[in-house]
Amino acid sequence: MRPVTEAELAEAVAGARGPLLVRGGGTRTLGHAVGEVLETSGLTGVELYEPGALTLVVQAGTPVAEVDRVLAAERQRLAFEVPDLRGLLGREGVSTIGGVVAANASGPRWVQVGACRDACLGVRFVDGSGTVVKNGGRVMKNVTGYDLVKLLAGSRGVLGVLSEVSFKVQALPEAEATLVVEGLADEAGLSALRVALGSPFDVSGGARHSGRSLIRVEGMAGSVTYRLGELTARLGGEVRTVEGDASAALWRDVRDVVPLQGKPGDIWRIATLPTAAAEVVARLDGEAVWDWGGGLVWLRLDPGRGAEVAAAVAGRGHATLVKGQGGSVFPPEAAEVAALAAGIKAKFDPRGIFNPGMMG
Amino acid sequence: MQMPDPDQGVLARKARIVARLRAALPTDAVIDAPEELRVYECDALTAYRCPPLAALLPRTTEEVSAALRICWEEGVPVVPRGSGTSLAGGAMPTADSVILGVARMNAVLETDYENRFIRVQSGRTNLSVSGAVEAEGFFYAPDPSSQLACAIAGNIAMNSGGAHCLKYGVTTNNLLGVTLVRMDGTIVTLGGPWGEPAGLDLLGVVCGSEGQLGVVTEAWLRILPKPEGARPVLVGFDSNEVAGACVSDIIKAGILPVAIEFMDRPCIRATEAFAKAGYPDCEALLIIEVEGSEAEIAEQLARIKQIALAHDPVEFREAADEDQAKRIWLGRKSAFGAMGQINDYMCLDGTIPVSSLPHVLKRIGEMSRDFGLDVGNVFHAGDGNMHPLILFNANKPGDLEKCEAFGAEILKLCVEVGGCLTGEHGVGIEKRDLMSVQFAPQDMEAQMRVKDVFDPKWLLNPAKVFPLATSAARRAG
Repeated sequence: MRPVTEAELAEAVAGARGPLLVRGGGTRTLGHAVGEVLETSGLTGVELYEPGALTLVVQAGTPVAEVDRVLAAERQRLAFEVPDLRGLLGREGVSTIGGVVAANASGPRWVQVGACRDACLGVRFVDGSGTVVKNGGRVMKNVTGYDLVKLLAGSRGVLGVLSEVSFKVQALPEAEATLVVEGLADEAGLSALRVALGSPFDVSGGARHSGRSLIRVEGMAGSVTYRLGELTARLGGEVRTVEGDASAALWRDVRDVVPLQGKPGDIWRIATLPTAAAEVVARLDGEAVWDWGGGLVWLRLDPGRGAEVAAAVAGRGHATLVKGQGGSVFPPEAAEVAALAAGIKAKFDPRGIFNPGMMG
Repeated sequence: MQMPDPDQGVLARKARIVARLRAALPTDAVIDAPEELRVYECDALTAYRCPPLAALLPRTTEEVSAALRICWEEGVPVVPRGSGTSLAGGAMPTADSVILGVARMNAVLETDYENRFIRVQSGRTNLSVSGAVEAEGFFYAPDPSSQLACAIAGNIAMNSGGAHCLKYGVTTNNLLGVTLVRMDGTIVTLGGPWGEPAGLDLLGVVCGSEGQLGVVTEAWLRILPKPEGARPVLVGFDSNEVAGACVSDIIKAGILPVAIEFMDRPCIRATEAFAKAGYPDCEALLIIEVEGSEAEIAEQLARIKQIALAHDPVEFREAADEDQAKRIWLGRKSAFGAMGQINDYMCLDGTIPVSSLPHVLKRIGEMSRDFGLDVGNVFHAGDGNMHPLILFNANKPGDLEKCEAFGAEILKLCVEVGGCLTGEHGVGIEKRDLMSVQFAPQDMEAQMRVKDVFDPKWLLNPAKVFPLATSAARRAG
């Protein structure tokens, strides 16, 4: 099914007689859900864009590329840097903005501006009974009622099908540059990221792969130059500066996990403490891309090492198998948390038709 | 303000309930003497008062759990309380309810500068969180005006903001995880210092749920390295429209000040009479603050000056030193006190799209004449969070009611132009009955379902947030 209006979407859900596989463009879908495909890619268009208020309201099926184009025309962007996971996951298709929100997909700028969910101001969605619900709005500060926007962001379609999302957007910076640090082992290379992120120099990216640590600053040209100098003075190793488009290309590689694309094995996505990130990888001995200052690890391992991964992150984070022979696997939750999550799912989707089996 | 009739059964069982609580908690943690309960009869919304059945001041998560379990078994409503600074009545009790205060739980449990977080007990005050990490060059970003007194527990309950959230976001953007005790005593950990949920973002819905889903006893908070410096400028304009256009142009130019504060003429005059900050007597005044090194500050202020001068301001005032910077902030920081000198006032908190600013200010001026009550506007212009201050005389019969009616009209206007009822204070009891202006029944139903899951008996802070009629069937259950 591919409804083209919110009303049609609501009808499709209300009339569903079995499980629905809810998706935008299917470029980042995880899990084992099966069912009749319900795509939101027919719901497109910008509903409202006020550059002077940094607000954008779009229908959920709007392609990410279209959102980027509209914003770029006003020298603005989505702050949270949408990862394109098609290469990593081996997918085709067109990524939609609703799919991004449903996955809470957040790139390297997480260290500075937070996740996708932090940029979401409001949502409209269709719940499991086919009712249209709105929450939040289009203003930056809003504590009127419960924040279901955060609950829907990252819910992967199990609570409702998003039909519209409003975002707080960001101005494009005048300049960007990256410090590339070489000649450090992983432990020291990750420590360099923490030094940079603990400094007052407003770092907007801290990542490491292929033996190099990357530290990004963005802003007014004079300010970028100043901060590069201050940061370089605080870092060890061999430091060089990459500017402009070349810097942006480095961060696209991190964002889209390019170093791990097209290689054999399982791909794990691990959220952990930056200070634990080197040891988790050393213990599992895989190929890693570290983002978020070390707090996010993309790790390529031989198949069948789930138990070891779980043991390595126990008490200091969690791991999701995003690509593997057996499909993807979400991390387990503590019983009392899982009970709440199950209760919420049952309330929002009483028939259990949305992406059954998707999250745990 | 209507509140549900107290449960006579609970009132009749007071002695037994208090005895059970005393048996489970340290002696000094249970308060039931009428004279001591007076402290808890209201929060910062002082127009409404009602002493609770008892007040509890536990020291640990386990004590909170034990207390909630007893209240759950006895069917006693519980009103969680941080420091009691809510302007919306979020911590106002009913006669049959127990106040559960976290004021004694104020310890720092862990500071981790490398991973940039602090874990605190939730009764710790907002400012003292920054205080605990200041020596290492860090701070906690959300800064509500009451930050000297308000507790992290209340900040989380109301998803508090502050003057600097244009750059740093509000509480939800700086909260990594919590220890939450549910009404039945179950202790739950949501989120954690790694900052991303494993499954559904339950932390995201707990933040801002006004104490209706559980009692937060501990929290992991993001701490940030302090910027090298900060400096404000003051710009005065002849019209609200032009001041609004200037704000919009600054934002469009890609400059991200940490704060853009706005004051209108009535507020400027009241402030001048009180604080003598030397503000120009003009229609609208902006205070814009930027951060960074000396050179970065100069670079941003030069750009702001260029934009502001294009709007022909009556004054553009820069701060040459720390003392002049303080004088620029002086009037803004004393605005509420200044208005309070003149009269009683009610502070509203509606948020509007920045583009609607001139229209909304014009309409508020017209309504002010219609209602015969003066109003001053001071607010966070960068994010559209307004704080109209309506002046009234609490001793004059009918004035409070008139003021409330005026306030309700302003909030309806905020919703009408695409904004919301409350940007950072919360709904509480104050805006409870206006919720249906912003939300359709199914929108509120979806929210109430979340409470059904966390608190099936609807015992936690039950008569708040949703209109009484809307939540009646659930509360009766």
